Amino acid sequence: MQRILVGIKRVVDYNVRIRVKPDGSGVVTDGVKMSVNPFDEIALEEALRIKERGAAQEVVVATVGPADTQQQLRTALAMGADRAIHVQAEGVVEPLMAARVLLKLIEREQPFLVILGKQAIDDDNGQTGQVLAALWNRPQATYASKIELSERTARVTREVDAGLETLEVDLPAVITTDLRLNEPRYVKLPDIMKAKKKPLDTLTLAALGVEPRQQLKLVRFEPPPQRQKGVKVKDAAELVDALKKKGLL
Amino acid sequence: MSAKILIVAEHDGSKLNPSTAKCVSCARALAGAEITVVVCAVDAAAVAAQAAKLTGVTRVLTVENPQNAHALAAVLAPQIVALAAPFTHLLGPSTTFGKDLMARISGLLDAPQVSDIMALESATRFRRPIYAGNAILTVDSSGAAKVVGTVRIASFEAAAPGGNAAIEKAALSVELPTHTRFISVSAAKSDRPDLQTAARVISGGRALGSAEGFKILFSLADKIGAAVGASRAAVDAGYAANEMQVGQTGKIIAPELYVAVGISGAIQHLTGIKDARTIVAINKDSEAPIFEVADFGLVGDLFQIIPELERLIGK
Repeated sequence: MQRILVGIKRVVDYNVRIRVKPDGSGVVTDGVKMSVNPFDEIALEEALRIKERGAAQEVVVATVGPADTQQQLRTALAMGADRAIHVQAEGVVEPLMAARVLLKLIEREQPFLVILGKQAIDDDNGQTGQVLAALWNRPQATYASKIELSERTARVTREVDAGLETLEVDLPAVITTDLRLNEPRYVKLPDIMKAKKKPLDTLTLAALGVEPRQQLKLVRFEPPPQRQKGVKVKDAAELVDALKKKGLL
Repeated sequence: MSAKILIVAEHDGSKLNPSTAKCVSCARALAGAEITVVVCAVDAAAVAAQAAKLTGVTRVLTVENPQNAHALAAVLAPQIVALAAPFTHLLGPSTTFGKDLMARISGLLDAPQVSDIMALESATRFRRPIYAGNAILTVDSSGAAKVVGTVRIASFEAAAPGGNAAIEKAALSVELPTHTRFISVSAAKSDRPDLQTAARVISGGRALGSAEGFKILFSLADKIGAAVGASRAAVDAGYAANEMQVGQTGKIIAPELYVAVGISGAIQHLTGIKDARTIVAINKDSEAPIFEVADFGLVGDLFQIIPELERLIGK
């Protein structure tokens, strides 16, 4: 079967104002709205569109994390994923470990394409897709803004610093998504009901043969230094004077 | 044991990208560090000569291969990994080049990566922004034999020229993959300074109203030798090219002067400019969050103010 695997992560919602805990042990997540990482939603949307075009038969969505990540898997199923896999893990899941888990799922599911978000908006690491491609020894096309699939290859347009770069990669491959790849669909209520009946498998790390491992110790979280609020100037002339005085013009 | 740091040079085949000099500054924060820069290219001589001049660089390694004509992470990573054994740290810039490549190296080496390093406190302590810069995290890598990192280039001054490092050719016998092929790159040709390294940047937001509206920014930018950036809203609306985007998911910049025109100042945008030395905000909404971080704020109609600024500066 022509299958696409999509990895998603549960993160603090995009619109939540982040607060660091006073003891520096983390950021406040109690009672805070959680969502599917926005880049992962884009990844899922792209997979669904590929399936809807007839270029894939099944979209499988997976995540690694504690039990409550199942809420985000249900959201993904409501968006249109065919089934979900929850790999249970407590504590910090570093990119190397997330990629190891995904590699095990690749061995089971044999996808022709794996699509992930380019970064999660919580830790902003931006590593998992590339690490996975390395472990899998397959091509990576990161920061995708356009994907064109052929029988055995994918042509991917990437948002790079210089502009837009186009690569051709042999399949299977890992693609990570940038913002302008698509606009994810809204989930409708009947889809949420339907999603409850879709299969959601739960696996343990042990069952996959992945050892939990954390190599980077999180020492301290701090709020960022605040910029001093400046002054208002009354017109363009005053602005030019002020900038000249600071030697900026 | 003192740190042995390998920095992967970013370049376009003839010119070293300034991001590499910033990585060198990051590495120099570790006293006694031995800093090697590796240049992978078809013909590395010109770029290697530039890297050898950066103060603090001990040695430049060149890896020449016809397959290095374009910076493909899948092709470069195994070459860097083949050189990695003696090094404690492997660093690259946190640009799309470095972010794409270094994490692949991290996977091949099974070594953890610290992304967006903003400070190196010791050989195993790093500070980095998370949550779009809304929190700063200190991590400790004592548990790992080797660390990969990307350097947040807005956090560092470029290492000055003045060095004279030895240049050595590295002969590698590594099988390189052919599963990833470069097709094309479309970069807007511009005589303006590079957005990521410009001393002055003028950015526009959705309030510019159209691609046409952006022209008044280009005109002012040319007068003061500035690069032009844009908010995500302006890029999404099609007023500006994607490579102009400044912010969490675009470019993180640290110019001497940043002028935000018609940009409200969403947190994701502010993340991209918080290291700017001086921020100027021009917006018709006096309550816009951009004014909270601006050194100089001017409330008013940008379509009047920008041409007036251009006229006043031209005097």
